[in-house]
Amino acid sequence: MPGGLYCEPADLFIDPTRKVARAVITHGHSDHARPGHQRVLATRETLALMEARYGDEAGAERQALAYGETLRLGEVSVKLVPAGHVLGSAQVVLEYRGCRVVVSGDYKRRRDPTCAGFQVEACDVFITEATFALPVFRHPPDRDEIGRLLRSARLFPERAHVVGVYSLGKCQRVIALLREAGYDEPLYTHGAVEPLCALYERLGVKLGPLKSVAGAKKPELAGKIVLAPPGFDDRWLRRFPEPLTAMASGWMRVRQRAKQRGVELPLVISDHADWDELTETMKEVRAPEIWVTHGREEALIRQATLNGLKARALSLTGFEEEDGELPLFS
Amino acid sequence: MKRFAELLDALLFSPARQAKLRLLADYFAEVPDPDRGWALAALTDSLSFEAVKAGQIRALAAERVDPELFEWSYDFVGDLAETVSLIWPVSAPSPNAMPRLSEIVEALQSTTRAKAGALLEGWLDQLDATGRWALLKLVTGGLRVGVSARLAKTALAEWSAEPLERIEEVWHGLAPPYLPLFAWLDGRTSAPELGALPTFMPLMLSTPLEEAELESLDPREYLAEWKWDGIRVQLTGRAGERRLYSRAADEIGAAFPEIVAAIPEEVTLDGELLVLRAGEVAPFNDLQQRLNRKQATPKLMEEYPAWVRLYDVLRLGGEDLRPLPMAERRGRLEAWYREAPRERLDLSPLIPFESWDELKELRAGARERGIEGLMLKQAQSAYIAGRPKGPWFKWKRGALTADCVLMYAQRGHGKRSSYYSDFTFGAWREAALVPVGKAYFGFTDEELLQLDRWVRAHTVERYGPVREVEPALVLEVAFDSIHRSTRHKSGIAMRFPRIARIRWDKPAREADTVETLAKLVV
Repeated sequence: MPGGLYCEPADLFIDPTRKVARAVITHGHSDHARPGHQRVLATRETLALMEARYGDEAGAERQALAYGETLRLGEVSVKLVPAGHVLGSAQVVLEYRGCRVVVSGDYKRRRDPTCAGFQVEACDVFITEATFALPVFRHPPDRDEIGRLLRSARLFPERAHVVGVYSLGKCQRVIALLREAGYDEPLYTHGAVEPLCALYERLGVKLGPLKSVAGAKKPELAGKIVLAPPGFDDRWLRRFPEPLTAMASGWMRVRQRAKQRGVELPLVISDHADWDELTETMKEVRAPEIWVTHGREEALIRQATLNGLKARALSLTGFEEEDGELPLFS
Repeated sequence: MKRFAELLDALLFSPARQAKLRLLADYFAEVPDPDRGWALAALTDSLSFEAVKAGQIRALAAERVDPELFEWSYDFVGDLAETVSLIWPVSAPSPNAMPRLSEIVEALQSTTRAKAGALLEGWLDQLDATGRWALLKLVTGGLRVGVSARLAKTALAEWSAEPLERIEEVWHGLAPPYLPLFAWLDGRTSAPELGALPTFMPLMLSTPLEEAELESLDPREYLAEWKWDGIRVQLTGRAGERRLYSRAADEIGAAFPEIVAAIPEEVTLDGELLVLRAGEVAPFNDLQQRLNRKQATPKLMEEYPAWVRLYDVLRLGGEDLRPLPMAERRGRLEAWYREAPRERLDLSPLIPFESWDELKELRAGARERGIEGLMLKQAQSAYIAGRPKGPWFKWKRGALTADCVLMYAQRGHGKRSSYYSDFTFGAWREAALVPVGKAYFGFTDEELLQLDRWVRAHTVERYGPVREVEPALVLEVAFDSIHRSTRHKSGIAMRFPRIARIRWDKPAREADTVETLAKLVV
């Protein structure tokens, strides 16, 4: 379904990849939130992120829907509940003639200091993402990963630690986790992540002191932690003293993948549900039917079957694996 | 085990030597005995227990995981130990419940293969994913995290501020988990007593000679020898035991049993390990067939007969000869050698000369196989461990050069992590380029910038950190010698290649052919 998920009785699309008359947007990542729709329904935060990115193109009519609030569109009621993926991210709950469908969007179950936590909604059909749907993907505790970054920065005080982070969500979460770990020194930022950090702050997420790399002299950056989008030009690294490249992504779990990209410090921090979260959630929502999309459908369907659940694949095109799937260096 | 697993993981991802040293030193400083000693043993390949087979590990995983999910996962990950470590179904274990490295090693050393499976299963349940990965690497043998025994000892030296040579000297008198070693390096006791063990005596190394230096040196004060193209070894016989050590203080006797059998009683000798046929030194490539093997087959020993060409004696009877002048040690060596015929051992002859000019001529003529150049040794010098500047010089013969075409470039690490600084170059075979070598030094910082810019502008394909470039840039490559090699597509391999010049002016078509290079093979 190239246009995204379509709900016929309400005539609405969820995360459409083409311009449509009515869109519900689950979260602000650019492959889900696209410009140019006529009417856009999303959380206040997601709308703010779209406005920051697209300006006037963010959608002709934009309507904010708070978590838990219900909107009726003809015979269909629409509700957004937290998905725990990034700030403003939502699952879409649709009810039509007594049948409840939940579209998970991208989600995770573990605590994230920068956004509301995932809420389990019982339903009849659960449409789940499957980015990390292989049993080798079990994300370790965030605290341990942040601990490894801080340990490395202490052990190599002459080297700048440049951490590749997706600029929306992952960046701010890593910053918040560093703050929770007691790191209160200024964090340095690449120009591409700065507008989103500022927006998070405006939306009430405290990030502590941030400094732009652009204004910093080379010696000042020794031992500092720098946040940069994963696709930065590698020549940008020349401004740092002996840069050590780190990367925060669920894909870092597989060593060969990390090594291929020349990552020296892989940090397994993901904004997606890992295998255990995906399989547990499938059980918790108690849906008689599960549709799997966005990733490795076959493995999750296999597990659902082993658990006595009914599941099938739903293929959607036009979505990237945004969790650091972009190359570290362009 | 958690800390050891983190160390292995960090070492795997840190390509730079300095970073590895720092990680190791940090570990030795922080981790208590006996765990750090067992870690040191694992890193220096000094642990012995019956390794667990890959099939056994797979079977354990099969009991816990759906076969279809396992296959998909293995396909994705590509490595069995890593797949099992990641897929092992256990929720986050508490760090306090994790077994210590010492518990694991000690249990494995006193178990049977039949019981090892159950032990392994228990530990897999107690560890986290990185811990499981490290455990599986440990029990299947071969950590492969890019740390040599020498590097581990260097890290001990940097951490403790004791000289590396002192650590090498005591090393072979110790056994895992090295409690007396760490007690000494912690500063709690004095250095371990060696007693009459056949331990390694740290080598004296030479420095390269700058020809301009000759002016200030008096030829009458120096002895000259050929510099043989083999590997430096130390032979020692003591207290009924015989040992053959490499220059990095590793024991390599198992690969050269005929040499070990020939090591005389109560003596420590310094010399060059060579393949010799009827007194003629065979190409280095022949020796290479015998290196890095766990043992030697009779066929290998017959095809590639090993000898040691001796040039120094460090201990004779109970006497340490290292404080004696070079000339006197040489006299003792010759007298000792004359006493009886010495199977598999011969003497490296001294080259008589009057003036530096005479030696220069000899060196220029020395193109035959087996000779890398000349060694100059000050006759009055004692045998000093390490690389003191001066008493010993190596004077290599002039480098050979070839014009090759840049084919691939790879990004470096650390300071060079944003520069394409590792270059693979090729020579022509008919209309195609065939890789003949790799070099990552020889150029200036300014030239590196130019090369990097050129690589980016002429990339035709990318493979991760590697770029394939248009075959359009000629590099003048210098190298010490060239050898036949069955491991390379070109059939030849260069020794010590480096970039001598960038030939911006030269058309790639005019670069050398593989055939021309093959004529330089010795």
